[in-house]
Amino acid sequence: MPLIKDGCIVEDDWTHVPDGEAVPADRPAIISFERFQAERATFEGRNAALGVRVKSGTLAPAIAADLERFALIAIEFPKFRDGRGFSTARELRERYGYEGEIRAVGHFIPDQYQFAVRTGFTSAEAPANANPESWARALTEITVAFQPSLDDPQPLSLLRRRLGA
Amino acid sequence: MALLKAITANRLRDGEVVFLKAEGVWVERLDEAALFEDAAVADTALAAAKAQAERDQYGVDIYAFDLTLKDGRPDPVKARERIRALGPSVRTDLGKQAAA
Amino acid sequence: MNHIAPGRNAGVYNYDEIDRRFVSERVEQFRAQVARRLSGELTEEEFKPLRLMNGLYLQLHAYMLRIAVPYGVLTSRQMRKLAEIGRKYDKGYGHFTTRQNLQFNWIKLEETPEILNELAEVDMHALQTSGNCVRNVTTDQFVGAAKDEVVDGRVYAEILRQWTTLHPEFTYLPRKFKIAIMGSEKDRAAIRIHDVGVFAKRNDKGEIGFAFYAGGGLGRSPFIGKLIREWVPEEDFVAYLEAILRVYNQYGRRDNIYKARIKILVHELGQEKFTAEVEEEFARLRGPKYRLAPEIVAEIRRRFGGPSFEDLPPVSAALEQAKAANEAFARWVAVNVTEHKAPGYAVATVSLKPAGGIPGDATSEQMELVAALADQYSFGEIRVSHAQNLVLAHVKQDDLFALWTALEGAGLGTANVGLIGDIIACPGLDYCALANARSIPLAQAISERFADPARQQLIGELGIKISGCINACGHHHVGAIGILGVDKKGVEFYQITIGGDPTLTTAIGDILGPAVTEHEAVDAIEAIVEVYLANRHDGESFLATLKRVGHGPFKERVYAAH
Repeated sequence: MPLIKDGCIVEDDWTHVPDGEAVPADRPAIISFERFQAERATFEGRNAALGVRVKSGTLAPAIAADLERFALIAIEFPKFRDGRGFSTARELRERYGYEGEIRAVGHFIPDQYQFAVRTGFTSAEAPANANPESWARALTEITVAFQPSLDDPQPLSLLRRRLGA
Repeated sequence: MALLKAITANRLRDGEVVFLKAEGVWVERLDEAALFEDAAVADTALAAAKAQAERDQYGVDIYAFDLTLKDGRPDPVKARERIRALGPSVRTDLGKQAAA
Repeated sequence: MNHIAPGRNAGVYNYDEIDRRFVSERVEQFRAQVARRLSGELTEEEFKPLRLMNGLYLQLHAYMLRIAVPYGVLTSRQMRKLAEIGRKYDKGYGHFTTRQNLQFNWIKLEETPEILNELAEVDMHALQTSGNCVRNVTTDQFVGAAKDEVVDGRVYAEILRQWTTLHPEFTYLPRKFKIAIMGSEKDRAAIRIHDVGVFAKRNDKGEIGFAFYAGGGLGRSPFIGKLIREWVPEEDFVAYLEAILRVYNQYGRRDNIYKARIKILVHELGQEKFTAEVEEEFARLRGPKYRLAPEIVAEIRRRFGGPSFEDLPPVSAALEQAKAANEAFARWVAVNVTEHKAPGYAVATVSLKPAGGIPGDATSEQMELVAALADQYSFGEIRVSHAQNLVLAHVKQDDLFALWTALEGAGLGTANVGLIGDIIACPGLDYCALANARSIPLAQAISERFADPARQQLIGELGIKISGCINACGHHHVGAIGILGVDKKGVEFYQITIGGDPTLTTAIGDILGPAVTEHEAVDAIEAIVEVYLANRHDGESFLATLKRVGHGPFKERVYAAH
């Protein structure tokens, strides 16, 4: 899975660890949130970074209490049409002040990438055959926003009128 | 009367209603479509047509529908398929029926 | 691109360079998406929501493009562009819809980016006219002209249009989301059958605020919107909507397409719990980030310009003379013309429902004629009503006769607005991929049966609404007489309901009895009308008579022959 950050394919330091498999202690690992809940004691005192993968139906309040434990939160899109993740990311940032990495995983297409960035995601996992051009273009093809967002609190459009521009 | 089957799709690039004539060959007129007497044969042809049309980005919404022969010409059982094969019943000047 | 600003006099939001840049970028984005689909980079499953959010459906015969007419208001120049597109890329006609938009039925995917590009030249687009996002916000077709107007809904509809355009959080909602806004005493926008209905009003101090209704909708399970807040101050307008959408996006059902609308969420949670969730979210969101500052509202309001009316006497002698001299004209004035807030002006509705015609269809020539008449008589501005008619909102009473004469000459002078011939009908099985039965032929047969204008006027206000399937695009549930097309083993049947009401006293019609054939349906409608006329007291509406005498006499008469 190529990892996309800032519109480019980058090296991924993280490993997804399926439930039941050993979690490497010496490098960043992403486990399911369910596993974290079941085995939380075993991750006490872990030195390497820990990330969790949350299902689209797991909303921000459900993971809020443990946020300081996670250096990364991977939000699942079971189908790209399931847009709950956009609310989850925004709540993590705005309501709970989460500052770690938020990653979009699952079925996610370039045409949603800008929405993800605007709601607080920092990275996305693209399919193996991803066209890098489409991902790069996704962040630059639309330059006018009509709402404030995580990446731009004073967008060009509707709110610009407040600035008298 | 024995039910026959034909295979149809909308052409991706312009939405035109098309019918399968032979493997990989699609036509715009129902009169030229392949008619299947055997449902199992139609199923096989449908699976092949779907694979081909999707692989070639040729067609979407590919499915088989029922028809009979009326005066030797294919006649869809359902109003929906008749309208697709002809054009809007309220604008007989438009669609495939207009060129007939 | 050569942009010419729309006429400053028209009450249409004026784009600036940033608005234009956005629409152009969106066109190029779609052009690239189409190329990626044709090359196979995008699957049909992935492409479908993307094309839908640009208004492009695949229907029975071809692609259908639904062009946004924001809150139903457009300039003559925009109307001419629609006529041109109809001629160049379609088959010379278009269909005005119950959401105040325009649909073309014979569109090619590969030509769509070019069509969108042409639309952008006149500050138009097809954005969010479909898909699981916030759709075109609708309002009163008489907005800015109606005598009973309290708040100009266009300003707030435009704010919502902008706010919900490519909203990063709410573009992949569980299902589509429709908002209607009303700013008059009377509800002409059917706000309680919308996902969110907004009623703009003023308090004792003259400040503007909004009542919010949520969870209305027709379709398979019709629900009437519930009042969830009586007063939202203007500055919290977007924050409150944001709160509703946040609750819906997170908790709306995604497991079953038929249960995904907000009406089901409101119903399953209950009005109280739903409202509490929204209020909790609202309390958090309220604040500087989502505050709708008065300067923003003022700036948007300024962008509408708006016609400057002449000082005219309230009564036009020319109009009175023409009415006295011409019975057909007098009838058209009585039926199709509404009071204007400015003395000496009137609001004229152009019926797109000639007897035997296709409701809401207009040819490119008719669009051009209406555009020319708008230039001549109504500040170059045209509205599309949710009843699928066109409105010239600011006509001098002195000019009404000349206007009517020109309309008559083009088959657009039918005097039946609000009457039995003014039938709302979805495209039905003649065009629509979802339909179970045809709607148009039945509308044609009914309007022909009641073609006599004098008879229509005698019957009085009576709305017939026809849908070709349970999705209810023809709003049959809220028709005084509603007709739903169903498929019974390949044969089209029609189920009749009576007693529906789309206004603030919203009511869902009751099923009269077993479904009937198309031919029987026309007789059934006539029977219902006869029972009404035989039973009505002086000046009594259909709904009032029905309430008084009950369903019995109607049912008995309709099914007497069976």
